[in-house]
Amino acid sequence: MADSYEPGAVPDGPLLEVEDLYVEFRTRDGVAKVLNGVSYHVDAGETLAVLGESGSGKSVTAQAIMGILDTPPAVVTGGEIRFHGENLLAVGEERRNEVRAEGVAIIFQDALSALNPVYTVGFQIEEQLRVRQGMSRRDARDRAVELLDLVRIPNAARRVRQYPHEFSGGMRQRAMIAMSLALDPEVLIADEPTTALDVTVQAQIMDLLKEIQVERRMGLILITHDLGVVAEVADRIAVMYAGRIVEHADAVSLYRTPGHPYTAALMDSLPRLDQKGSTLNTIKGLPPSLLNIPPGCPFHPRCPRAEDRCAVEVPPDHRLGLGRTSKCHFAEELVSRV
Amino acid sequence: MTDPTTAAAGTAPDLGASAYVTAPEHQMSGPGKPRSLWSDAWRDLRRRPLFIIAGAVIVLLAIIAIFPSWFTSVDPNHKDLSHSRETPSGAAWFGYDLQGRDVYARVVYGARWTLLVGLSASVLTVLIGAFFGIIAGYFGRWIDGLISRIGEIFFGLPFVLGAIVILNLVRNAEIRGALPIVFAVVASIAVLSWPVAMRIMRSAAITAKQQDYVKAARALGASAPRIIFKHLLPNCLAPVLVYGTIALGAFIGAEATLSFLGIGLRDPAVSWGVMISDARNYVRVAPHMLLFPAGFLTATVLAFVMLGDAVREALDPKLR
Amino acid sequence: MGRYVLRRLLQLIPVFVGTTFLIYFLVWAVPGDPFTGMCGERPCPPQFVAAMTDKYNLDDNVVVQYLKYMGTLLTGDFGQTYAEQPIGDMIANAAPVSVRLAVIAVIIEAVIGVTAGILTGLRGRGFLDNLVLVSTLFLIAIPTFVTGFVIQIVLGFQLEILTPTVSTEAKWSELIIPGFVLGSLSMAYVSRLTRASISENRRADFMRTALAKGQPKSRIVGVHLLRNSAIPVITFLGTDIGNLMGGAIVTEGIFGIHGIGKLIFDGINDKQGAIVTGVVVLLVLVFLLVNLIIDLMYAVLDPRIRYD
Repeated sequence: MADSYEPGAVPDGPLLEVEDLYVEFRTRDGVAKVLNGVSYHVDAGETLAVLGESGSGKSVTAQAIMGILDTPPAVVTGGEIRFHGENLLAVGEERRNEVRAEGVAIIFQDALSALNPVYTVGFQIEEQLRVRQGMSRRDARDRAVELLDLVRIPNAARRVRQYPHEFSGGMRQRAMIAMSLALDPEVLIADEPTTALDVTVQAQIMDLLKEIQVERRMGLILITHDLGVVAEVADRIAVMYAGRIVEHADAVSLYRTPGHPYTAALMDSLPRLDQKGSTLNTIKGLPPSLLNIPPGCPFHPRCPRAEDRCAVEVPPDHRLGLGRTSKCHFAEELVSRV
Repeated sequence: MTDPTTAAAGTAPDLGASAYVTAPEHQMSGPGKPRSLWSDAWRDLRRRPLFIIAGAVIVLLAIIAIFPSWFTSVDPNHKDLSHSRETPSGAAWFGYDLQGRDVYARVVYGARWTLLVGLSASVLTVLIGAFFGIIAGYFGRWIDGLISRIGEIFFGLPFVLGAIVILNLVRNAEIRGALPIVFAVVASIAVLSWPVAMRIMRSAAITAKQQDYVKAARALGASAPRIIFKHLLPNCLAPVLVYGTIALGAFIGAEATLSFLGIGLRDPAVSWGVMISDARNYVRVAPHMLLFPAGFLTATVLAFVMLGDAVREALDPKLR
Repeated sequence: MGRYVLRRLLQLIPVFVGTTFLIYFLVWAVPGDPFTGMCGERPCPPQFVAAMTDKYNLDDNVVVQYLKYMGTLLTGDFGQTYAEQPIGDMIANAAPVSVRLAVIAVIIEAVIGVTAGILTGLRGRGFLDNLVLVSTLFLIAIPTFVTGFVIQIVLGFQLEILTPTVSTEAKWSELIIPGFVLGSLSMAYVSRLTRASISENRRADFMRTALAKGQPKSRIVGVHLLRNSAIPVITFLGTDIGNLMGGAIVTEGIFGIHGIGKLIFDGINDKQGAIVTGVVVLLVLVFLLVNLIIDLMYAVLDPRIRYD
């Protein structure tokens, strides 16, 4: 299981599956290797959290799945993205467009800029229903109100005629969620859905997402850098660093015993109530430039556990039990220590 | 212009990529010596062929304007009616005008008047506009209201119309001598154009005023002039300077238009616009009298517009 | 919305008064004798001076003069020239010609400029983009009167495709080439503005959303991209209508068109202050009203603009 995908399992394979994905950004300053063999999958009714710092490639993976990378500079140079076993990178633009929103939908971090400022929220929801499902204006309007109701926007019938800038941040994100649900997608990608919001609103949005996901048995890919958010909702967690997945595990085991020094460092850097007064632990150094990824293990310059071999040998996936992998030479040791 | 096609190809900015390449930028903006907007822009500019071509043309024009005698030994005012309207030849590269004066020599000596008007008008416009703009932006309230309304009054006058009316006054007042005439033209251009510079400066100042460091300076009790000069001005200069560069080209064209209408410069301040105006009635028989000064005029305006474009792109982080 | 319109209208009044007074002051309060050179080489006969002084209230101070002038103007009376020709009639004859010219210029700007801008903005770098970039640079750099002369020489005198000057009735067809000359500069600006606007919005997050929603390409461009990019372009085109009405002095001069621009220019040369002030007041009014309409349109096009 996990990201080691067995050939032959295609027909009943996972709902959405990314395998060995490579993406480059070809820029004036050189080629940035943004994704370097990313693999993950998500099934119906399951939540996969993708965790990482900014620049780790988590959003790029999501954009690659949706087929909305800015090309140029982005180029997919290898790998597959399979939805119900069908490689989306190999199909035509028309088929790709069918999968968008109906198969896989996405919500973005900044709902204000993600919504078109000159159209009403209602128009932007109805647009999909009218274009994709051939609904009449009136039916689409009714459905849009229902959807806004569903995401608990009060006064939906009035709100549907308002513009994005007339919504508050939380309401805007709710509208964005309503929009993503319009065509009943099987997978929802939430790209940092709560980062731009107040803490209290964050919790409400997460609850809403979780509730909708359970109700509709959707696969949810939750992209975030916030470990706190992940703990509550994720079934499985993929930790990304420098364009690769360095650890992949079920949420419980990952929290109990991190299998990668980077995961451990991330968890250490969370402020803890039981250690009040002590200084916060931070990860020393900076994430690597993707134009120039360090040889060997990309984390080694910042890793407290690093040895000489880490600067030379690229660590392979170490299997740590059911569906659990870590790209660290000392993975087994790290896990067995506890 | 040597090869604008290739020049243009290299200038379109690379979009999108910078947002993703994070680490080196973190380091640069760290505690070490920060790269300023200007040094960044300069690094960017040096790589733009458009900027280099425009810069070279402008430097050459400046040299011609300052040292015309390096480029011709012919007296631009020497008349020889026997050569009247003669076409270009080895003796006179650009031919002769109606009164038998050497067109090449006149073009060379005309550069200084043309550039003088363009440069002074641009500087004066930016000075007036920036002054009122920053005051309006910083103080707001009724001062802003007053300055904005006055700006609108001048803005409400279409440029050519306003200039005609103002310069007509000057003509009636019988001003003579090259410099007073130049000043009249410069002043009328600036009087009609400052509201644009004022608006640019005003909105930049309003934006800068909202910044935390300005609020902090105010909270610490810094005086208004100190905040304006120390904090606002350096952060508001870029857009108005870009405007000034592009306007310089536009003002050179405006001077030519006014001279063409017979209300701009006139003898003894013979700019290219005056030459074009003098040649207008002979375009059919002696087009060289019009085409050479017009060609120089176009190249000059082009150089300033290109320079302004390049600087704007370099200063705009969104485009970089 | 209604209150916004009213407030904007009220704001126009001081600007209108200020601008027209400025013009009036510049034209009439000239230091020196306003009659110098008015009657040819000889000084004007005293009875003429007396009559004119009385007629234009030249003995009052300039503010009173202005108020009296505006008073008669508001009744629709533009006054008369020194030759006792009613100025209102002269304007009524010239205005349609200038309006026709401006309409042609704006249509040319909009059609060619916007098309070029959309094509280059959508396609990005390439041959067409460079071609448009270079031609717009040249159009911006070459003064209108040079463009006008060159076109007149080439098309009118050498190829003899058209008559180099326009007849007094100034038919639509005769005005196409002058309209092109008049609109050429703004055409360049329109195409650059459209291009910049499109290539900026093309990268906007909402475009990515529209794509992620699975909308067809044509709809993403037509509904999301063009609508958002149109806002600055329409604003510019509108402002330009105001500018073109008065900015046609040069073009009208080259092609010998008997429009508003020529009327003003002749008025200045003949020292007919009443013509100049009358026409300019009218033009300022048009300019301000057009700008008001653009403001209102802007508010309709961009819902983010608040009316209060």
